[in-house]
Amino acid sequence: MSALSFKDLDVWFGEGRDRVDAVRGASFEVAPGESFGLVGESGSGKSTIMRALTGLAPHWSGRMAVNGRDVPPGKRRDRAFYKTVQMVFQDPYASLHPRQSVDQVLSETLYLHGFRDVEPRIERLLDDVGLGPTFRFRYPHQLSGGQRQRVAIARALAPEPAILLLDEPTSALDVSVQAEILNLLTDLRTEHDLTFLMVSHDLAVVAHMCERIAVMRAGEIVEVMGVDEMRAMRPGHPYTQSLLEASLGYHRG
Amino acid sequence: MTDLLDVKDLWVRFPTRKGQFDAVRGVSFRLGRERLGIVGESGSGKSMTGRAILRLIRAPGQVEAAHIKLDGEDLLQKSEVEMRAVRGQRISMVMQDPKFSLNPVMTVGDQLIEAYRLHAKGTRAEARAKAIEMLEAVSIRDAERVMRAYPHEMSGGMGQRIMIAMMLIPDPELLIADEPTSALDVSVQAQVLQILDRLVQDRGMGLIFISHDLNLVAQFCDRVLIMYAGRVVETCDAARLHEATHPYTRGLLNSLPRFDAPQGRLEVLKRDPAWAEAPSVGPE
Repeated sequence: MSALSFKDLDVWFGEGRDRVDAVRGASFEVAPGESFGLVGESGSGKSTIMRALTGLAPHWSGRMAVNGRDVPPGKRRDRAFYKTVQMVFQDPYASLHPRQSVDQVLSETLYLHGFRDVEPRIERLLDDVGLGPTFRFRYPHQLSGGQRQRVAIARALAPEPAILLLDEPTSALDVSVQAEILNLLTDLRTEHDLTFLMVSHDLAVVAHMCERIAVMRAGEIVEVMGVDEMRAMRPGHPYTQSLLEASLGYHRG
Repeated sequence: MTDLLDVKDLWVRFPTRKGQFDAVRGVSFRLGRERLGIVGESGSGKSMTGRAILRLIRAPGQVEAAHIKLDGEDLLQKSEVEMRAVRGQRISMVMQDPKFSLNPVMTVGDQLIEAYRLHAKGTRAEARAKAIEMLEAVSIRDAERVMRAYPHEMSGGMGQRIMIAMMLIPDPELLIADEPTSALDVSVQAQVLQILDRLVQDRGMGLIFISHDLNLVAQFCDRVLIMYAGRVVETCDAARLHEATHPYTRGLLNSLPRFDAPQGRLEVLKRDPAWAEAPSVGPE
């Protein structure tokens, strides 16, 4: 049974002549424990797939399932869903409430998910993401970008999810901090047996983190390939070839 | 031959409640008609260096330097009025995000025409012809249509090309590009770089290319300055960036995930406080 399963997924925004079809007929499966990457240019619909799954993009059709259980239509999800699937967003400067301390962010999440042993859990979460107990009563403005992203990851881990959706988790960070966060994610995946669905525009990051990669263009998945094929520059589709070449850098013509 | 730009001992300071903060600390470099890359992490002072050259640091920030010479003329000795003739006319700047640097309520054409008429006396028709010529110079095919469009009707890549076109109208000697492609997709990024590249070669323009992307700078520029905590820690030929010796540069290069081969763990940069203390590496 797949951890995540998408079948003929369409996602759209707006109605009538303003309708934009952001995702068109996307189908793929993510096995338990796998790390799956979505790549493509901006506007290709890669983040929209995640947003539709979590209920942030309410207009969709087709079939989405988590651990074999169908996701209900529209944007309503039950607590069991959010206990299984959690998301880490791109910009930790925007995804943390500026007037809530780390302690408030984590304890609220834990409380909402029905945990009553909040104290020891907060300590363990901070420890898990490599922040000491000294960070517990800080506010986001007192943290660096990398530390904020660690808090965002701790919040996502709070309900003990099995599946983590990572939407460009390091693109707002400097490369040295990116290395720390990617290492942290790799460690957490091993420790907690997590399944990753990751979006990134940086193919080297995706190659480092994922075993299989779907390439998207204009809302459609043009191909799904293994990481070895990608590293060997042996894609099956001409668009992937041009994307790979463009991302390898600038060549004087 | 005199250098196009000669910066010596540049400091940018900001007074704060906790005392003075030095954003740029004693940076010196020279630039010929070439592509110079400035790389570093956020907060390393690379953007401040670019802005200080144009004296765009607002009070209470202060710019100090032994000199900032453009073709032998010291920009620091100029009055604010004289500086206006330098900005745009002789040194232009392209910022990171075209969404914030174009006027949203003016058509692209009107903005380009305004830019031309601020710097050159000419009729509206001449300005219009020049604007279309510049749009074509940055590979915009249907320039007539783009002239009539508003910035929100343009994609990021188009917006950035329009910005570059606008900066080129007065035919500057030096272009400072601050992360010009960071907001763009890889495929569009290549096109914008090609345009910049051609302009440097065809017009003999100097280019300062500020970026956080080491690989991009290594491939695109001729020479690179690596900045850390407001200082230049290393300078080298761009083609030999991968042979850089300073531990900070090495650390940055090693922390990048590699596309061609799998790695177990990524190397994490260990910062040495001594890097921030050592004086800037200069041309002498």
